[in-house]
Amino acid sequence: MLMRSKVVGHTVVLVTALAAAVILLAVGGMMLNILLGGWEKLTWEFLTGVPTQGMTEGGIFPAIVGTFLLVVIMSIFSVPVGTVTAIYLSEYASQKSKVAQMIRFAVNTLAGVPAIVFGLFGLGFFIQFVGRGIDQLLLGEFELKWGQPNILWASLTMALLTLPVVIVSVEEAMKTVPRELREASYALGATRWETIQKVVLPHSFTGILTGGILAVSRGAGEVAPILFTGAAYFLPHLPQSLSDQFMELGYHVYIMSTQSPDVEATRGILYATTLVLLLLTFLLNFSAIFLRYKVRKRQTR
Amino acid sequence: MNSNTTIEESSITQPAESAKKEDFDRHRPFRSSDRWWRKRFRFSEFLAEKLITGIAFVSFAVILLIFIFVFREAAPIFWMSYDDVHAVTEELQQETYTGSAYPEESVGETPERRSVESGGEGKATVENLLGFTWQPVSEEPKYGLLPLFIGSFKVTMIAILFAAPIAILAALFTSTFAPKWAKDVLKPAIEVLAGFPSVVIGFFALIVLASFLQDLLGYSYRLNAFVGGLAMSLAVIPIIYTIAEDSLAAVPKALTEASLALGASKWQTALFVVLPAATPGVFAAVLLGIGRAFGETMIVLMATGNAALVSAGLFEPVRTMSATIGAEMAEVVFGDLHYNVLFLIGSLLFVFTLTLNAVAEFYVRQRLLKRFRGQ
Repeated sequence: MLMRSKVVGHTVVLVTALAAAVILLAVGGMMLNILLGGWEKLTWEFLTGVPTQGMTEGGIFPAIVGTFLLVVIMSIFSVPVGTVTAIYLSEYASQKSKVAQMIRFAVNTLAGVPAIVFGLFGLGFFIQFVGRGIDQLLLGEFELKWGQPNILWASLTMALLTLPVVIVSVEEAMKTVPRELREASYALGATRWETIQKVVLPHSFTGILTGGILAVSRGAGEVAPILFTGAAYFLPHLPQSLSDQFMELGYHVYIMSTQSPDVEATRGILYATTLVLLLLTFLLNFSAIFLRYKVRKRQTR
Repeated sequence: MNSNTTIEESSITQPAESAKKEDFDRHRPFRSSDRWWRKRFRFSEFLAEKLITGIAFVSFAVILLIFIFVFREAAPIFWMSYDDVHAVTEELQQETYTGSAYPEESVGETPERRSVESGGEGKATVENLLGFTWQPVSEEPKYGLLPLFIGSFKVTMIAILFAAPIAILAALFTSTFAPKWAKDVLKPAIEVLAGFPSVVIGFFALIVLASFLQDLLGYSYRLNAFVGGLAMSLAVIPIIYTIAEDSLAAVPKALTEASLALGASKWQTALFVVLPAATPGVFAAVLLGIGRAFGETMIVLMATGNAALVSAGLFEPVRTMSATIGAEMAEVVFGDLHYNVLFLIGSLLFVFTLTLNAVAEFYVRQRLLKRFRGQ
């Protein structure tokens, strides 16, 4: 009896360990495959060149710049709004207030909305409603400048998608600000806003940075929201203004792997593009993890 | 006379009072005695609070706007009239499978292909929408959503059937059995997996996994529901793992210690005490995983073959709801019926994930909390 129980016990542990091993294997295999497949083509010329020969040769410079612009414009909107929302949730709202609960529910919901629905929203709201509205006001009935996909609407759509990421991260950081610090500030006669400005915000700066980085990483990796809000199939030049379309790394991977006339011929640069995207998101994620780790360490100290 | 004295009195007392106040103010630290300054100071405090509260409402407003605008673009289906109202659900017509993930070559047709908005009779094409054929680009367009729904359902189920056991068992492993080094390897690996852009997973499924599985299992279509589901499970595992691990770790120590004290072994405790105690959390994890898998676009767009078939076969190509939006929206004519139907699919996705999240959030978390706080 005891013997059998031991056997079952070992089996249980083994099965769970096996599940963990499967995950490790999947992650490792995927990374290794992409790394080995893309390593050769990853040259300086590739990073700084323009796609040529119908995207079967050349580099991905416009896609890199497009991705960069996308995440920068996105952050300009999502980081401040997310930070302020986090300030409200952690500093102003009481845990039980209906308003705070409502906002919290909205943030959670926003985090769960599928990326493609954000894309639809970007199309329906930013392009069709706001963009067309601006055009009708400024340019008259039939001209289109803002009422079509461009980098501004794509970035704004992405900003909404990444908003919950920023909020959650910043709020977590604000929770680590010791209560003593806040109380000391109040005891010195500082008001709430002064306390936030001078005590809470400087203290949670790393958290804001983490949130921003995570948002950028998410934004750089998502393709669905920009499918029809601004990403271009092929543009040899860089976007000149906010009303231009742009190339983006993830979208480029999607286009090249599904609509290339000859997948075998483009395999090398396809892998290399994927590798660039992957390295970019990893770099961002790891710095975010590192920063968060530092914040947590400070909290436990 | 009488009024005179009162004036005098007040004019005497006032300076005295204000002097007293000034004196008082001077001894109060960090306060200016300047009233104008103080008033503006309070105003800025007020302004800051209102402004912050206002901006905090952005998230709420966005949810509302998504509701309004996604539904607004879908709404015309139900009040505009079309000629092709009573499109008969015909025999299932397979779309020619092109071997690539690109849906139909014919999608980018001219706008004239649909000039049917003139007719007067009939309203919503409910019959059409519930049909078994999705052929938005043809002489007689058919917008049967069923094959798309079946596609989404199939891929989601395959993904969950792979992801849920693996993720939950791995979570059980890290929370109870694993030595520290194993935890230190697995947790970052999960974070890495969570950081994989979905387009990269889709790429991997399309280029590597599909061919590998075809060689291994020998089915006829390279891209199919199984490949898509398997790839999707990679995207779902981190979600299920993280939430399941959280709820397993949240099981009170007292419970496990009581079990161990009664002579139960470690695995018995894990299986019969910890796991049941964390069931609501694990359930929530699976629900959220389903929500993610249902709404995920890029992986299915790239790896499932995108043919709108109605079949139960695992290795048949499928077209999911999200992939349909992703593939067709860019080529559709604005304001067209096809355009509206795509928005309808979007609103269905939105409502579905919203419901799942709400259920996971409220019902399950509440139950979990109640259970741990002692019934």
